[in-house]
Amino acid sequence: MSSYVITIATLIVIYAIVVLGLNVIVGFAGQISLGHAAFFGIGAYASAILTTKAGLSFWMALPFVILISGLIGLLLGLPSLRVRDDFLAITTIGINFIVEAVFLYIPFFGGALGIGGIPKIILFGVKLKGGAFFSLCLMFLGVVLLVCWWFTRSWGGLACFALRENEEAASSMGISPMRFKLLAFVLGTAMAGLGGALYAHYMRFISATDFSFPLSITFLGMIVLGGMGTLWGPVLGALLLGILPELFRPLVNYRILFYTVILLLMIRFQPSGLLGETSLARKVFSFRFLGART
Amino acid sequence: MQLFVEQLLNGIAMGSIYALITLGLALVYGVMRILHVAHAAVYTVGAYVGVLVFHLTGSLLPAFLGAMGFCALLGIVIERFIYFPLLKYPPYVPLIGSIAAMLAIEELCRLVAGPYILTFPAKLPFPAIHFGGVTISETLMAVYCITAGVLIFLWYITTRTELGLAMRAASQDISIADAMGINTQAIMGITFIIGSAIAAIAGILVGIYYNEIYPTMGAVPAYKTLALIVVGGMGSVPGAVIASLMLGVAETLLIGYANIPLPRDALAFIAMIAVLMWRSEGLMGSK
Repeated sequence: MSSYVITIATLIVIYAIVVLGLNVIVGFAGQISLGHAAFFGIGAYASAILTTKAGLSFWMALPFVILISGLIGLLLGLPSLRVRDDFLAITTIGINFIVEAVFLYIPFFGGALGIGGIPKIILFGVKLKGGAFFSLCLMFLGVVLLVCWWFTRSWGGLACFALRENEEAASSMGISPMRFKLLAFVLGTAMAGLGGALYAHYMRFISATDFSFPLSITFLGMIVLGGMGTLWGPVLGALLLGILPELFRPLVNYRILFYTVILLLMIRFQPSGLLGETSLARKVFSFRFLGART
Repeated sequence: MQLFVEQLLNGIAMGSIYALITLGLALVYGVMRILHVAHAAVYTVGAYVGVLVFHLTGSLLPAFLGAMGFCALLGIVIERFIYFPLLKYPPYVPLIGSIAAMLAIEELCRLVAGPYILTFPAKLPFPAIHFGGVTISETLMAVYCITAGVLIFLWYITTRTELGLAMRAASQDISIADAMGINTQAIMGITFIIGSAIAAIAGILVGIYYNEIYPTMGAVPAYKTLALIVVGGMGSVPGAVIASLMLGVAETLLIGYANIPLPRDALAFIAMIAVLMWRSEGLMGSK
């Protein structure tokens, strides 16, 4: 494979990890989040700072990165207990803008210059790059998929599905909305943090604008396209929205237009996504192995 | 002191422009419960159509009328073909549709008009006022007067006409209003016409105020005005106006005086989160 293909593939896998995290929050727990890029950024910055300023290795830093992302996710998930639907959507947009502003304006985070010189990941004494890094990301994607699959089969997952379908009914059955919403937020943002750490060590230079609001929309677009609340939908969405811009590269001027029109047509005619419950693909093939929308 | 007054006047002008954009959003949210992000794209289109008609005719009145007409049409198209069929889905579905529509329209503007900044070399026919060393320029006067005019018009429509009564009924409970014989589908259309026409006015005013028009001019207002309708109270028009004016003044004064290391665009969202935590129904909202 050429390095061009590997670069695209690596980014797609990283995005798939992040989007699976978003799917836990939006698809499983039904809490709209339009600020997921902020958590992707928090993971990236946490890992970058721990490895460049504190001198930790990637592997030493990783548990802290996931912990930090999850904790901030817990903190910023708190509004979801107070506000719903539209309010939550706007609040999470706000969180994205504020987090980006903090990265951009506080010197500790490198300000407008960002953070450079992030070390490569070393595994068994070998600096990972190209195909090896891609395999590592693929492995992490496997782990995240496994966690998601396990979550859909666990009590926590079932509780989240119940909350998504009807919060009043679920809480009257003794399911604590607070506990399980926050669980979903922590799990989802921790996955975004993991994706962010991988991104930081792949790019080796990050700046605040890498994690701005349009990226959050792209993430949400990926799960909408693939199928919200399914296991493989987010991966498919990341794959499609990752490849499409490359296919449209000859039409470079019309790229974003095509992209947004596809998203618009998709949401207009197939709002449950390609693999969603009422989607065309599901009606035609009814793949049993595709999904976990219980 | 003089500087302070001038800052304050600029702030009120900023706030007035925010108010003009937010009005449409508040109206739409009131009737359809949709976060109409694409409203900011309508406002951008308004500015472009305005400058086009201005260059063709050389006068401002047809520019305003043309832009308002075109935007009203665009608003109706968005409502009919995107929002109305999506009303039955959970709120995030129309929201994503709206964001996609906004980006698509923004791209169309870039492709049609080019990515550069256009100027809007028009003078608004309003008198400048000098008052004890402080000057209110023609443009500021125009912004104040036009905003006041729009607000009075809207107040009259919503409180003194049957159409306004129907609009208020629809925003309270659309299915009951429907059952009472109000043509709610028509009300939705009229709401979009009014809101989009006002957005066109805002677009032209911004174009003249800053003397620049560019495809992404709606990007920041798109989300900031969402924060404003939350602060004002979802769907409350007076609340949205007050919140807009407060934000305009606060932003301008903050840039002028305080030296906080946060960009002004984050201010609206910080205010919004504070409001949500302290008074989640907003300034003028009701629960």
